[in-house]
Amino acid sequence: MNVNFKIWRQDNPHSKGHFEQYGVEGLTGDMSFLEALDHLNERLVANNEKAIAYEYDCREGICGQCGIFINGRAHGPHDHMTTCQLHMRSFSDGDTIVVEPWRAAAFPIIKDLVVDRSALDNIIEQGAYITAKTGTAPEANAILIAKDLADKAMDAAACIGCGACVATCKNASAALFTAAKINHLNSLPQGAHEASKRVMQMTKQMELEGFGSCTFTGACEVECPEGISIVNIAEMNARRAKAKWWG
Amino acid sequence: MLNAKIPEGDLEHKWRNYQMQSQLINPANKKKLGVIVVGSGLAGAGAAATLAELGYDVQCFCYQDSARRAHSVAAQGGINAAKNYQHDGDSVWRMFHDTLKGGDFRSREANVYRLAELSAPLIDHYVQQGVPFAREYGGVLVNRSFGGVQVQRTFYARGQTGQQLLLAAYSQLYKMKRAKKVRMFPRHEMMDLVMLEGKAKGIIARDLVTGELKRFAAHAVVLATGGYARVFRLSTLAIGCNATAIWKAHKRGAYFAAPSFTQIHPTALPQTSEAQSKLTLMSESLRNDGRIWVPKKKGDGRRANAIPEEERDYYLERRYPSFGNLAPRDIASRAAKERIDAGYGVGRLKNAVYLDFSQAIGRLGRQTIADRYGNLFKMYEKITGVDAYEEPMQISPAAHFSMGGLWVDYELMTTIPGLYAIGECNFSDHGANRLGANSLLQASIDGYFVLPNTINNYLAGALQEDHPTTDHPEFEKVENEVRDHIEKVLHVKGNKTVDHFHRELGKIMWQECAMSRNREGLEKALVQIKEITDAFWKDVNVTGGHQEMNTELEKALRLADFLELGLLMCTDALNREESCGAHFREEYQTKEGEAVRNDEAYAHVSAWAYDQGRFTLHKEALTFEHVQPSVRSYK
Repeated sequence: MNVNFKIWRQDNPHSKGHFEQYGVEGLTGDMSFLEALDHLNERLVANNEKAIAYEYDCREGICGQCGIFINGRAHGPHDHMTTCQLHMRSFSDGDTIVVEPWRAAAFPIIKDLVVDRSALDNIIEQGAYITAKTGTAPEANAILIAKDLADKAMDAAACIGCGACVATCKNASAALFTAAKINHLNSLPQGAHEASKRVMQMTKQMELEGFGSCTFTGACEVECPEGISIVNIAEMNARRAKAKWWG
Repeated sequence: MLNAKIPEGDLEHKWRNYQMQSQLINPANKKKLGVIVVGSGLAGAGAAATLAELGYDVQCFCYQDSARRAHSVAAQGGINAAKNYQHDGDSVWRMFHDTLKGGDFRSREANVYRLAELSAPLIDHYVQQGVPFAREYGGVLVNRSFGGVQVQRTFYARGQTGQQLLLAAYSQLYKMKRAKKVRMFPRHEMMDLVMLEGKAKGIIARDLVTGELKRFAAHAVVLATGGYARVFRLSTLAIGCNATAIWKAHKRGAYFAAPSFTQIHPTALPQTSEAQSKLTLMSESLRNDGRIWVPKKKGDGRRANAIPEEERDYYLERRYPSFGNLAPRDIASRAAKERIDAGYGVGRLKNAVYLDFSQAIGRLGRQTIADRYGNLFKMYEKITGVDAYEEPMQISPAAHFSMGGLWVDYELMTTIPGLYAIGECNFSDHGANRLGANSLLQASIDGYFVLPNTINNYLAGALQEDHPTTDHPEFEKVENEVRDHIEKVLHVKGNKTVDHFHRELGKIMWQECAMSRNREGLEKALVQIKEITDAFWKDVNVTGGHQEMNTELEKALRLADFLELGLLMCTDALNREESCGAHFREEYQTKEGEAVRNDEAYAHVSAWAYDQGRFTLHKEALTFEHVQPSVRSYK
């Protein structure tokens, strides 16, 4: 199949970016979207042009490093899917495909389609852990956790940190990302002792990083590759209110 | 003969004896000692966090944009531990025995015992860190089975166990970053090792955003850089996984052990085209409930569901009745290759076998299967467009794990003083074949429990030495060598892409140095790899410069090292004239096609030294005092 890519090119954080059009031939439906971009890059290099920079690592939907805005949607046309899992069979011969980086004030562009998501790490740093040094843990089955609670914690813990929730949100809010981690840890007995501090510090950092506020449009949960529910945000807000007023 | 420094005493007491005798460092002195950790997966992040908790001054590096991306994240099925929670006869001893046998008696008894011994406290640790392992309704932990084992000792968090463990390690690492005990350097790739007076004292790293070369000094360097199966190009590994750090260390004097021992995983998605960049893994845990088969009729063109039961060949159950679908990976992969090569493969390119859940769904119900493997079925559908609840999955063997790696002693130190290798990048515990769910285990044990208790034995001596500094002329010298190497790659300005050469290398490695090897093929491969290497240095084209983010340059530098590593892998495979574990030499097999090991001549670890493009073999004898090596049968 042949498609027409319209791709955001930007040399570095300080330069002005622009869209560039590339007609690409000889693709197949079995190729992943990233393999189509690989194919395009090989052609660019053969023409002595600079390759397009985009991110990926595991290419199986779990590391969270890939993330491209495709035809106006984070990770492309499907719900709950990463860019690396998208295949060209989702497009038709002759399509024009618009390819942009994540857009959010907290995610500055580094080059072409690559953005800096270290703001997410900074939120984690403010409390997404249980303080227990290596070697200090009690026997594992001494902590009983009912299956439904463990399952719920796992639902929230599944976040891959790709930032699609931020990229798709009109406010560029990181509420879903932050809520998922807070609820994972705060719902477990091991995490209870630092629960109030965790929710207060992490939500504060979220604001300091320049992410917007959540206005419950629900766009994030549609794009989340792990299908993490927006209910998590309501739960985080309740936890925050409780922590704020009752400690 | 290499000395692995195995401690005295009974197997059960070796680790305790070691710790009793190793040197300690006063907490006030630890903060004066710097450690560089390269890699942020389970081994790297676990080590960096734990060393920082102990008080050392830690600098941690990863090439990804965040420590949370390291490829440990992709391990699906689980992590083994000898807890005996299922009351099915498990014990540290049995786990030790299973692992040693699984590795076809090509690993060290003392290391393997330590791995089993420390597995139970590791599960305690992860539970305390908040890992949401699967639970029973009453709240206790659940286990499942994995290949090569007849007890249930695998702990899991859906099909995302590696992710959950890695996120726990990453969180602990960032806790220590907040405490200002760790400095984190994401998007930095190690380019070379710097040695002062014969000891590892620093690294040169490239900032992947700006292209700047930077110098870092410390009292010790820990490599936790993962596996090198991307030498095959198509593998289950992340695209960025590479051998550069360990290869550069090898060229500076670290011996490379068992380089050709590569695990080919039996259940990955088959290749569908030349353009493919990755073979996605489907967790081995699927073999708990899925049955593997091919049609009995050669080239049967019917759809899977149209083939009646009596016309299906459940070849693993047929050949290995006691382990059946849970035969170890090397054996399951070879059996699949045998059927595919004989013309019974399925799928469009006839390069796959079926993994069928219809009977498990009939017996347990769709919901139970969804509870156990839901995310894997979803992933399968996303990639292939096929609903595996309705028709069988198509799977195929793929390069997956490097049992080989830098040679390390019992303390996990390489042959370079002050240079340690932990996790997949060392060779230590898996012998010639790794059992499923032992990878997360070994990476974690090395990082959390072993290294933090052995590095002190070396660093205690470093207290009296001068503090290493990057002003030393050796840093400038190595940095210049790195810069020259980069410029050499950029100046070729040929006509072919990096990926072109990587595809060529991958084809040869897959053909001659994967599931089955023979003298003629390996000798041919050595010639061909040299030809590709020459062609690479004459005709590769890398556009862009080095003072900027340049993903093509990154790929080229990694491939240059893979080309050299490929030679060593084939050299090693040629040298080992026996079949053991994943290393199957066609010349050494029984009439039924089972491996024939030669304990008299090859009960040793092959550790290779590098000298200007030549490899010299050194040996570490493997002695078995507690388990007598036997024919490894899963029949």
